[in-house]
Amino acid sequence: MTREEMNTLVDKTVRSAVENVCGTMLGCEVVVGKTRQIGHPLQESDGVVALLGMAGPWVGTGALTCKPELACKLAGAFLLTEYDTVNDDVLDAVAELANMVIGNLKVAIEEEVGEMGLSTPTTIFGASFTTKIGGSEEWTLIPVEVCGGELLVQVCILPNDRGKANNRADLVGHMLVRG
Amino acid sequence: MSGAEKTGGPMPLDVLVVDDSAAIRKILQRVLAQTELPLGTILEAGDGLEAIERLKANNIGLVLSDINMPNMDGIELLRKMRQNPQWKSIPVVMITTEGSQQKVMEAVDLGAAGYVRKPFTADQIKEKLAGLV
Repeated sequence: MTREEMNTLVDKTVRSAVENVCGTMLGCEVVVGKTRQIGHPLQESDGVVALLGMAGPWVGTGALTCKPELACKLAGAFLLTEYDTVNDDVLDAVAELANMVIGNLKVAIEEEVGEMGLSTPTTIFGASFTTKIGGSEEWTLIPVEVCGGELLVQVCILPNDRGKANNRADLVGHMLVRG
Repeated sequence: MSGAEKTGGPMPLDVLVVDDSAAIRKILQRVLAQTELPLGTILEAGDGLEAIERLKANNIGLVLSDINMPNMDGIELLRKMRQNPQWKSIPVVMITTEGSQQKVMEAVDLGAAGYVRKPFTADQIKEKLAGLV
């Protein structure tokens, strides 16, 4: 599978997974925007980021990013409770949404390239922090309008040059967070 | 005495929900509470190891379990349950994003009673449990 074919698979699968997850679990209207390929691995953020690693014949990371206000709305729709501030429930809800979206992507990828591992989600909440995925050079960015805000889904996945499945514990080591 | 005992209906089953996501545990608690199935206490565990402790301390009649969890995953939990004479006949429904054919086959081979893929609807959960309770 070429990187172009993988990017097409990521785009198609993430769009479908976001619509399915948000429609089923949040009951919100979802508008998936235009996909972009972004060449820089750095991302500055104020808000909530949920990250999951994938490893196998291909290796990479999926991330969901949104502002705190949207994280509260997403958690509220998910858990049928109102949240005014980001707390453990909100972070857990965003993590689970990421797990479902990236989990569906992982299943679609392994149908094409063979068995893949998926890490458990890592969530980060704060202001003026930067995330960097080690070694990444190309991300697929898919903006999603949901619950009155913008959710960004970003995926970076590359062929695994080592040619063997990585241990799940390796995955978290790919991420750097700078405050 | 429970309502089911008074009316001579089936004994309510205590249910164990196993998922490392507190959000999913809350949603499943809500879905289970809304069913008209004869369910008793709904207990929670955050991974397979915690689930084993709950199984030892309670009379669990049904388990809903995620697969991808830290410490002990759902496949290993299912394997341990099938190896234990006390727990081997307890129905286990896997609820997970791990929808690959290999994981499905592994869970089925170990005797999983069913499989629901995330995201799920309340009706999908109710339908899956209706045949087991």
